[in-house]
Parts: sequence; structure tokens; C-alpha cells
Amino acid sequence: MSVLDAKIPEGPIKDKWTNHKNKINLVNPANKRLIDVIVVGTGLAGGSAAASLSEMGYNVKAFCFQDSPRRAHSIAAQGGINAAKNYQNDGDSTYRLFYDTVKGGDYRSREANVYRLAEVSANIIDQCVAQGVPFAREYGGLLDNRSFGGVLVSRTFYAKGQTGQQLLLGAYSAMNRQIGKGKIKMYNRHEMLELVKVDGKARGIIARNLVTGEIERHSAHAVVIASGGYGNVFFLSTNAMGSNVTAAWRVHKKGAYFANPCYTQIHPTCIPRSGDYQSKLTLMSESLRNDGRIWVPKNMEDVQAIRKGTKKPTELTEDERDYYLERRYPAFGNLVPRDVASRAAKERCDAGYGVNETGEAVYLDFSAAIMRYGKEKATVEGEYDASEARIRELGEGVIEAKYGNLFQMYQKITDDNPYKTPMRIYPAVHYTMGGVWVDYNLMTTVPGCYAAGEANFSDHGANRLGASALMQGLADGYFVLPYTIGDYLSDDIRTGEIPTNTPEFEAAEKEVKDRLESFINNKGTKSVDHFHRRLGKVMWDKVGMSRNETGLKEAIAEIQQIREEFYKDVFVPGGMDELNPELEKACRVADFIELGELFAVDALHRTESCGGHFREESAEEDGPQKGEAKRDDKNFAYVAAWEWTGNPSEAKLHKEELTFNDIELKQRSYK
Amino acid sequence: MKLTLKIWRQKDSNDKGGIKTYPLDNVSEHMSFLEMMDVLNEELVAKGEVPVAFDHDCREGICGSCSMHINGQPHGPDNAITTCQLHMRSFNDGDTIYIEPWRAKGFPVIKDLVVDRSAFDRIQHAGGFVSVGTSGNTQDANAIPIPKADADKAFDAATCIGCGACVAACKNASAMLFVSAKVSQFALLPQGKVEAKRRVLSMVEQMDKEGFGNCTNTGACSVECPKEISLENIARMNREYLKASVSGE
Repeated sequence: MSVLDAKIPEGPIKDKWTNHKNKINLVNPANKRLIDVIVVGTGLAGGSAAASLSEMGYNVKAFCFQDSPRRAHSIAAQGGINAAKNYQNDGDSTYRLFYDTVKGGDYRSREANVYRLAEVSANIIDQCVAQGVPFAREYGGLLDNRSFGGVLVSRTFYAKGQTGQQLLLGAYSAMNRQIGKGKIKMYNRHEMLELVKVDGKARGIIARNLVTGEIERHSAHAVVIASGGYGNVFFLSTNAMGSNVTAAWRVHKKGAYFANPCYTQIHPTCIPRSGDYQSKLTLMSESLRNDGRIWVPKNMEDVQAIRKGTKKPTELTEDERDYYLERRYPAFGNLVPRDVASRAAKERCDAGYGVNETGEAVYLDFSAAIMRYGKEKATVEGEYDASEARIRELGEGVIEAKYGNLFQMYQKITDDNPYKTPMRIYPAVHYTMGGVWVDYNLMTTVPGCYAAGEANFSDHGANRLGASALMQGLADGYFVLPYTIGDYLSDDIRTGEIPTNTPEFEAAEKEVKDRLESFINNKGTKSVDHFHRRLGKVMWDKVGMSRNETGLKEAIAEIQQIREEFYKDVFVPGGMDELNPELEKACRVADFIELGELFAVDALHRTESCGGHFREESAEEDGPQKGEAKRDDKNFAYVAAWEWTGNPSEAKLHKEELTFNDIELKQRSYK
Repeated sequence: MKLTLKIWRQKDSNDKGGIKTYPLDNVSEHMSFLEMMDVLNEELVAKGEVPVAFDHDCREGICGSCSMHINGQPHGPDNAITTCQLHMRSFNDGDTIYIEPWRAKGFPVIKDLVVDRSAFDRIQHAGGFVSVGTSGNTQDANAIPIPKADADKAFDAATCIGCGACVAACKNASAMLFVSAKVSQFALLPQGKVEAKRRVLSMVEQMDKEGFGNCTNTGACSVECPKEISLENIARMNREYLKASVSGE
């Protein structure tokens, strides 16, 4: 077992980033023209990185599997983006954002990276406003903020429930400016299927043109992986259908360590599943927890009556409701972090209090907020003797202005009206904190190969706070990577264009072609989705919200079995030289199966509970924290970075010890 | 429920293509339209046939990938939704459903229901941005207050998802609603005003080059738009365009 060097700069934490920027090597503007950079993925991290790198003068080749960079899944982020602006004068600061993020991540993130994230956060908002991103504003014309789970300040900037869309379109517009100038060469409907290494350095990729099926060689002096997270290993998640681990997994198999794969975020507020045909789950933004109260009935008779349809939730009095988050966590109430809220929902549903046919749903109720806002609005409007119905009407108007599109989305999917009856929600897989291991410069263990955004592991530890994913994606792409990559590329100013007619490219291309051919020629009996569903069920049942040794060992054996059957019996219709979505899926699911196994291996080795990783064997046994997750800082305050050795179960563990100089390690309490 | 699906099949851009009929049983009213298509494709794969290709990704109405012409309407019968948000409860047992790709010169068919919408990207390359570097060294975000009403209007225009339903709905295959949404977003904000003239001229020029038709104020685009982008945007773009053409840069 080796010890990993994260290359964290010396000095006090608040000076590290500035000092580092002052000292690292730069590439002069004339030389940047001689250097090519490949960016895989065009979400917030990839899109912003591509735009910034090309603005600086590098030649960028950007790849996305969608038909346009604007469709990357960052677009679906709803709630908002954090920034330590302290516009609300509620005591926010860089330190406080840093502190909240490290605490929220359950002390499993790298201090120096998180501090840098907090430091650049304010600039992100300035940048986005300058690009014309239409954030929500107050009547005075200044930017509005909302509050999110796990924090005690209002630092979240938003654009109704479409913050991700607006930020991504901002990055997309910055890319468009460069595409128009020819500084970014955009490859839509292209999927990276292999990394090419020359003399140990990342020097290019093999990509498939998804329309023609052509296998293409692309070279560059550095490769940036910004391909997002791997939540779809669970089959059902809030990720887009195409979201996949392939780019990240391919660099892993070429030498990049994969860190903390078991750290997964299960988001507490998603629309419950309705049947076996379900293809994906839909998130309801966490911002709803600002105004929604979560509850289940106190009495089992009411649960049964509700499930039978003989009683409506609105008929239950306050006394008959169990607002379990407010009961268990009086300080944070409905705004506890996501992992805590998810487990609490599971606990109630496991105890039999779930409120829909499947027993897997709790209520998210806006009636109290509607009346509260209604009264405020009536006062503002001078309607001092407004009737209850009028107050409700005014309140519904306020809620509509804040969450209109989310309510509409809920109604479209479920056919229920959330203004009149509480929403039904249940946790679902949403985000993966784990990812490709990177150092302070965001470089992986393969020289010249970088990872940014959700694809890397660095900033969120074992649990991500709401509205921090957008912040990290843009921080990495706009402000971190463009600087740090220069340090590496400064050695490449005399290299010249990397040729693609070399044995290394040839071998990588052959590897890809063989893989694709084997799928087409396999002629098995079962669809790709059949295997993906089976994998997802094992992951959810045994590697999901809570995990134990027996279940994890079973999961590993079952996933190995699925892998064996997959290669024997998968059927991929159509050919290689055409648009073939089944073939695309086969490549992705093959990688998900391997990742799933490593995921379970990682969860098995980490016998503590931390953040989104809850080991049943490691819970507080008594005291006020009884039943809560029990961390083991003595033995597990490290990043688990796994090295590929040919088989996921035999991956080699490397540790990056985490040291906390600026924050005291404490039990995370939201009581 | 039991359905008869009439689906456009076209092997590639050179193929002539045509409608094929597929009966489908055991469809639940709780399924989304695309989940119904998944079930059909799963059946086709089980029979060793090539499944129907269609664009889709987020399945929550925001990425703009899905693009089906259902019974003659872009994104099907319900208003203000994308195909992925359409649910089978909008149909009846025994229905025959026609499913076709977007039909427009600017959107050539790639395969089955998948069309090439890269023309939309090229229109954005022509001017769909504010020319500001990504250095972050811009002024403080609150330095310029923007009236809430303007910010809200800009936001409404900016919620366009670029799906192309407006073009598919238009008898002239005009892209005016799409282009005007971007032009409006920036024309309404102080950040975008600086380049407003150049932007509208070059985006409109590119739109014409891509072969999209002209606007004859029918308004079908706005009716079928899943994000209910308002026709006001077209009026605003026309004003901006006229102003820029008359006064020059």
C-alpha cells in the first residue's frame, strides 16, 4: 500500500491557492497556440473548462455524446448554486462555506481543495451575471438568495427551479463564442471509448462517431475528463438516461486511481417509483424543504386508511402527524443534510409508515407555508380581514412564484395537485461524491489526464451539500483547471502536434473495435437493459442507503455472476457502422458492472459509517445520538484510491491520509 | 391498454423511410410516453429486430433531447410538456398513435425519429453570447441592479430548451421563436445590450442560411412550445432587427 501525494501547497490555508498560482509555471500566449487539449463532457465542468482554456489560447477539442453541448445533465440541476457573497449579511464568509462543506462531507474531503472552492465561489456569481445568466432578483434589483440543507445562512443563488439550466446555458454561450472563432472544435454525438497513453502520458482518446459508427483517433497534449457521475450504476437514478461512467472508467483502467466509489448521495426528495417499467426517477429540488414540512401519520390505522384510499392526508389533524425530522433534529428540522433526511425517510418506511401502495413514500407538505406566506402577503396588500380562502389563494401565489415549475412537473408526472394535497416523495440515487482521484491540480495518477466536476472525487467528502455541485463544476472549469493545467503543459511547448499514426493509437483503436465487434457478434438472448436492471437491483438492495458485511459480500458475488452472464448472453441488435443506441448502452453497462463491483468492495472495506455511506455495524448505540452514523476517524480518515489490476475485486488500495488543521473533527450533529 | 403504433422508420439519412405498424399490449396509464417506447423496443430486441431510434436523455423535460411528432403535434396532445413528460393517461385503450420525427428542411432525419438539430447550435455560434471572458475578474454581481420585471422576462425567454418543437409546429418551418428567445434574453439585460445590434443581425442571417422559413404570425410555435415561450419575443426580435438594420452597428 502506497501513500498518495496530493501536492497540497505549503502555507496557511487561506494563502495556499494564491501562493500556488503565483508559483506555478505558465505557458506564454504564443505557445498556447501550439498546444491541444481534449475535454470530454460539456456539462458545467467540461463546458466551462473548454470555454476558459480556449479563451486562454489553447486549441480545444470538446466531446459530448448528446446532439449538443447544451444537453449535458447539469442542465437538470434545479435548486441553486452556493457562494460566500454574504449579500444577506447573515455572517457568511469563505471560512463558513469551507467549514459547512467539510462538515457536511463528514470530514472525508480534502481541506485545501474545499477552501479553494469556497474562495472562488463568489467569483462564479460575478462571472455568470456578466454572461447574462438571469438569476432571481428582489424588487430592488439585487440578487435574491435562498437557504439549503445543512447550513444556517442564506447563500444560495438561483433561477427559479432551473438554476442548472441557466448556468449551463451560460457556459454553453461562452463555448459558442469560441466555437464560432474556431478555437473550440466541437464533436457532438461522439463518445470517448478509450484513453491513449504515449510514454506514460495521456496523449489522446479513441472516440466513436455515434451517427456513422466510425472509430476516430484524436490526439492532444492533455486530456480532461468531465463526464459526470456514475449514479446510473443503480439503473434507476435521477441521472439522465445517457449519463455513464465509461470515460472515467476507461482512464481508471489505464492507470488513474478511482477514489471512494462507495460515496453516493441518495437524495431525499424524489418522486416515488410507480412500476417495473420505470426508466428513471425525478428529483424534486431540495429547495422545497425550505417551505415544505416532511411527515408521515403517527398512527398505523391512518397509514392503512390512506393506502386504501379511504382517508386523505389533508384530513389528518396536526396531532395525528409525525413531523419526524422536526422531532428528531430540532435545530435543523426539515433542513438537515441529504443523507440524514434520506435515512430518516427510510427508517419510517421500513417501520411500515410509508404512505403509498409500495410503502415507499413520505409526505412533503406545503400547507403551513401557504398560510404563512398568505398572511404576510395579505398584510402587505392591506387586506387585514382577508378570509382563510383568500389567504390560501395569496399564499398559493407566493409558492407558485417560488416553485411554480417544480409543482407543475410534479403534477404532470403524478397527476396530483401539490397545492391542495401534500407531495409524496422518497429518496433516490442522485449524485456520486466518489470519482477519479485527483491531486490539488486536478490531475489524476496518469500524467496529463485531468478530471473535473462530478467525475473527480475531491470536494464533497462522503456527502455533498445542496447547491454545491454547480459551484464545484464551475469552479473547476472556470477558475482552477485553466491555471493548474498550464503547470503541466509548460513542458510541452516544443512537443508539437501529437501524431495519431503511432502504435499506441493503433493498439487502443484495435482494443475498442474488438470490444464493439464482440458485442455485435455475441448474439445472446437478453437485452442490455435486462442486465442493467439486475445490476441496479443488487446495488439498491445491498449497496444502497444502508449496507452491511453480509449484504456486501453477497452483492460482490452476484455482480460477478451478472458480469459473466452479460458477456455470455447479451444481445445487441444492428451493426457497428450506424447509429446504434443498443451498442452504446452495451459499452456503458459493461463498465457499470465492473464499477459496481469495485463500489461494493470499497463499501465493504470501509467498516465505519460516514456521510452517505452508512454501515449498519457502525451506529451509535446509546446517548442522544443513538442510531446515528458512527464515524471512525482513527482508522478511516483517508481517501481510498483504488488501482486497477485486471479485476475489480483485486483492485489495489492506496491511501491518501486526510489531515485537518483548520477544522476540528467532530461528530456531525444536526440535533 | 392496447395500442396500435404507426411509427416512422428510416434506416439513415439516405433511406426514403416510411410508416410501420406495431401493435402494443399491456401499456399502463402511469407510464410515460418514452417508457411505452422502451417497452416496444424491449419487445423488438427480444424478437431480434432493430429497435426504434429516438433522442432522449434527462426524461424530466429540461434537456430538450426528445422530439417526437405525435398524432400531428410536436410533443403530443398535452400543452406545455415535452414528449418525456407526456403520460399514457392522455390516451385511451384501443387508440392508434402516429409517431414521426420533426419535419423541417433545417432538421434532416438521421435515423427513425432522430433528427439533426445542429443548425440551432450554429445559430448560437453566430451571436448567442455576451462577449465577456471567463476570468471572473468582472465587477461584483450586485454592481448593476436589474429591475425584477426585466430579469424575470429575460429568464422566461432563457428557459427555451432548444428542442425544435417550434420549427416542427410551424407550417413554414420557421425558427423565429427559438432565435428570438435568445435575442430577447440578452436584449432585456444590461449585460447584453452592448452587442445587441450585431447579435440580432448575425443570428438572423445564420437562421436564414440554415434554410428555416419565415414567420407569418400563425403562433403555432408558441402554442406547441413545451416551455410556453411567448410570441412577444418574436415581436421584440423584429423590433431589434429593424432598429439594427436601420441604424447599423
